[in-house]
Amino acid sequence: MNDVLGKPIDRVDGNLKVRGRATYVAEFMPEGLVYAVTLQSNISKGSIKSIDTGDAAQLRGVIAVITYKNAMRLQPATGSNDPGSGKFGEKDLLPLQDNKIYYDGQHIAMVVAETFEIAEEAVQMIKVLYEEENPLIEIEQGLKDKYQPAKAFGRDTQFARGDVQAAIKQSPVTISEQYTTPVYHHNAMEPHATIAVWQGDELTMYDSTQSVLGSRAMTARLLGIPAEKIHLLSPFIGGGFGSKGFMWAHTVLAPMAAKHVGKPVKLVLNRTQMFTCNGRRSRTIQKINLGANKDGKLNAVIHDTTAETSFVDEFVETAGIATSVLYACPNLVASHNLVRLNKNTPCPTRAPGEAPGTFAIESAMDELSYALKIDPIQLRLINYAEVDPQKNLPWSLKNLKDCYKIGADAIGWANRKPAPRSMQEKGYLVGYGMATAIYPANRSAATVKLQLFADGHAILSCCTQDIGTGTYTIFAQVVADVLGLPVEKIEVKLGDTALPNGPNSGGSQTAASVTPAANAAAISLRDKLLQLSITDSNSPLYQQRKEKIKTANGHFFVSDDPSKLDSYVQILARNKMSSIDAEQVTNVSTREGPKKEVQRTEDPVAIVKQDEEVERKKYTFFSFGAQFAKVLVDPLLGVVHVDHCVAVMDVGKILNVKTARNQIMGGMIFGIGMALMEGSHYDPRSGRIVTKDLADYHVPVHADMPSFDIRFIDQPDPYISPIGARGIGEIGITGITAAIVNAVYHATGKRIRDLPITPDKLLYL
Amino acid sequence: MQPFLFSTAKNADEAVKEARANKTAKFIGGGTNLVDLMKMNVEAPGAIIDINALPFDKIESLPNGGMRIGALVRNSDLAYNETIQKDYPVLSQALLAGASPQLRNMATVGGNLMQRTRCPYFYGEGFRCNKKNPGAGCDALHGYNRSHAVLGTSDHCIATHPSDMCVALLALGATILVLGIHGEKKIPIETFHLLPGDTPQIETALEHGELITAIILPPASPGMKSGYLKIRDRASFDFALVSVAVVLDYDGNKIKHSSIALGGVGTKPWKCHDAAMILNGKAASRKIFQQAAEASMRGAKAYSYNGFKIEMAKRAVTRALLQTGGLS
Repeated sequence: MNDVLGKPIDRVDGNLKVRGRATYVAEFMPEGLVYAVTLQSNISKGSIKSIDTGDAAQLRGVIAVITYKNAMRLQPATGSNDPGSGKFGEKDLLPLQDNKIYYDGQHIAMVVAETFEIAEEAVQMIKVLYEEENPLIEIEQGLKDKYQPAKAFGRDTQFARGDVQAAIKQSPVTISEQYTTPVYHHNAMEPHATIAVWQGDELTMYDSTQSVLGSRAMTARLLGIPAEKIHLLSPFIGGGFGSKGFMWAHTVLAPMAAKHVGKPVKLVLNRTQMFTCNGRRSRTIQKINLGANKDGKLNAVIHDTTAETSFVDEFVETAGIATSVLYACPNLVASHNLVRLNKNTPCPTRAPGEAPGTFAIESAMDELSYALKIDPIQLRLINYAEVDPQKNLPWSLKNLKDCYKIGADAIGWANRKPAPRSMQEKGYLVGYGMATAIYPANRSAATVKLQLFADGHAILSCCTQDIGTGTYTIFAQVVADVLGLPVEKIEVKLGDTALPNGPNSGGSQTAASVTPAANAAAISLRDKLLQLSITDSNSPLYQQRKEKIKTANGHFFVSDDPSKLDSYVQILARNKMSSIDAEQVTNVSTREGPKKEVQRTEDPVAIVKQDEEVERKKYTFFSFGAQFAKVLVDPLLGVVHVDHCVAVMDVGKILNVKTARNQIMGGMIFGIGMALMEGSHYDPRSGRIVTKDLADYHVPVHADMPSFDIRFIDQPDPYISPIGARGIGEIGITGITAAIVNAVYHATGKRIRDLPITPDKLLYL
Repeated sequence: MQPFLFSTAKNADEAVKEARANKTAKFIGGGTNLVDLMKMNVEAPGAIIDINALPFDKIESLPNGGMRIGALVRNSDLAYNETIQKDYPVLSQALLAGASPQLRNMATVGGNLMQRTRCPYFYGEGFRCNKKNPGAGCDALHGYNRSHAVLGTSDHCIATHPSDMCVALLALGATILVLGIHGEKKIPIETFHLLPGDTPQIETALEHGELITAIILPPASPGMKSGYLKIRDRASFDFALVSVAVVLDYDGNKIKHSSIALGGVGTKPWKCHDAAMILNGKAASRKIFQQAAEASMRGAKAYSYNGFKIEMAKRAVTRALLQTGGLS
């Protein structure tokens, strides 16, 4: 191995991106392209009484105006709930199929025109009359119809162990509080966009998606055509944060429009539309009861979450799942309830469940620490889960105690005075807070193809996506490490259904799933090449022993005599080969346990065999971290500034320290947003969204930034894969929100349980 | 966005004439607000007259010690002008508290005076708004009105004026120079912006076709201290929950003359006359500053989500006075 893994190399696509040469979906310009713009409903419930498209249709340059009256009929959005194999965001609301309105901002018409500007102008000419009905707007209004969903993504949503009610009664110290989080919107910088090009019955699509396979499969199902007829590309994605995992209406509207007008169609959502047309995070109301002994040992945990879904699909914000495994506690109930509202359907958002869930449970743990007068870190150590307390299985890897210790040292926890409002600096109240970060370590099946060409460059391909996380870069590093090729010699191809199958980029699984396949393919290719070298009498390495051979800079060499070498270019030349390749399937999932029915295209290398024979059902896979915040609070004005953040993350082997740090920091910045400013607001009478631009929807800016100290335990997970890497896209946001909230309490003595902590909530200190 | 005619004005008189001839014409400077509003279909001018070629881009000192700021001076050029930073820090600070560097590089001071409210009900498609459609009603009145005004409101409109710069200009007592078909006239900043009353669609004293050419600042006296404080939900690129511009003219420890203006709380940039009266002629002290702060919000009316602004503004005035007066 060549010591490339883990190195903080720059992103291989960074140069393209800063020069504007990375072509994002909306930038493709197929020949003959025309433009679609959609119109949205501006009521929350009812139906379209009349829709007059006459003026719009007559505008010069307009090719078609499509409404429920003349739109192509779609097939039902059947199938799994899995974004990898295709999940339509709102299965009971296919676009432009009837006149029903279920929420504000629903697509109700589409104009196709020769230019974007004409389409924009025409869409304003459509006159709509509605039959309005009274919408259900907030959870509180719908509580009588509250229900408990059985499953989310095919997994349980209701957890129970022991006798929690009895345990609460027997506990000398209890906490019983309600924590609430508002609706959040993903707000990826790149808007959702789709281009559809029909050639006969074949369809080429460019679609900004976290799942090219899912998007293709669902589009095919809705259009009633075989998936193989669709070639879907998504080479660069400017952030998704969950909003591009499910498929949304615009992705099928583009091919519908293209079919309707017989020309390629581009449909790009604008920022306003992105607040109603592609999911969001549900508001949560979380009730937490904790019961503990005086020594700090938890007896009982109840975490009851009520969230929203829509009338056209079901999505559960599973805030309590993390709670079920965080601490060793014999009696627990983690339950989830849903209320249907006349709002667009929620979907996965930046650590779905864990982000709002850890805010609540880790706030409650902080409250318990003050009630018990036990240091917050100590309280967590007292209740440290040595095994998964829900499944009673050993962790595949858990170094959380080290995270607490290293983090505490880094932020100077020992100098923290325990009493609230006891620390000051330059007129500010100072507070320190901490919380545990947690996210499942997921892995799914993946296939890669690796080719080495006669000129010495290699191409690794997989259809999975780089959603801005650094996937292109880490894949190149994995191959470079095995083959001893410079990273610049390795081209990575992603985001294209023509490439070998890979996972959807959600649930922090891409790195964990694809790097083992890339690693195995590289080993397989290396062995094929080496075989050619040592069995060739014209080779400088003829009859050398395999174990003595190493790789560097595009060649093999004898480890104790580096002057004996044979380059890959020479090997291919001697054998008159233009290229050599290896395709590798790793049919492994942390969720499903091992599968034996693996189909391989060539002999397996031992490493893959081992990988596939790990009995993953015997382990439980989670990443952890300890996150700390120091805040400064203006005692007169209530303004909070996060001054410094520390994160110590136990997330397996780090493939690139730079991109890994980016991932964790990005998550933490969104956590600062959750804690202090982020949230969407709806009109209390009409239920229509009010805050629908980036001026009113606040995400943190540079001036809000603290200094960050981000560290990794960097120990490979021995059971997840031979590489030992886990995905880290989402864990950064878990924990930090609670750490900031806890720090604000420490600074001020005021506990805020309703996010975000805007200055008005701290006015009366 | 709707189609529009576009022309470039060669001189100011022609620009005014051209605008007078077309009721739907608008001047464009930086376009940082107007183009947004056009994209959102809130504004749909039939004609856009580009005034960027007009000679209104200078910042000049006047013989009386005041300053003349051309209407086309970019916000960032004004904010970083050395004389402004030295003699009128409140103006520089207010400008830098607004928007982002990119926007400040484009935005002109004339355009800033003409900035329209950021009320989401005004921006949002399909909401009732008396500014957009006079007589339609106001959905903000009983809506999500956390960002809205508590001073100068009416049953027809509670939208806040969004500018930071105008708050500083109001505290400084600036005058707006305007060119109309009958020549140039001067409008004191205090009467430039109008209360909504029952005509919230009429926002300034400008008549259609009149063109802002410059802003005049009165001389800064040697004892003058000034400063700007802005409270918002995030540390930059955000409109004020509350902002305060303070100008204190000292004679030793005595406040000869004071001026306090507020942003984020009024339907127009808000001058606190009562607060100034309390300070004028008094020695600076924490106590007198607190009294002034208390008086600054007289007449404030809270709506369902914005009541906190009243207390927040009082505290902000106290802090701004303490900081500017050097007592913090």
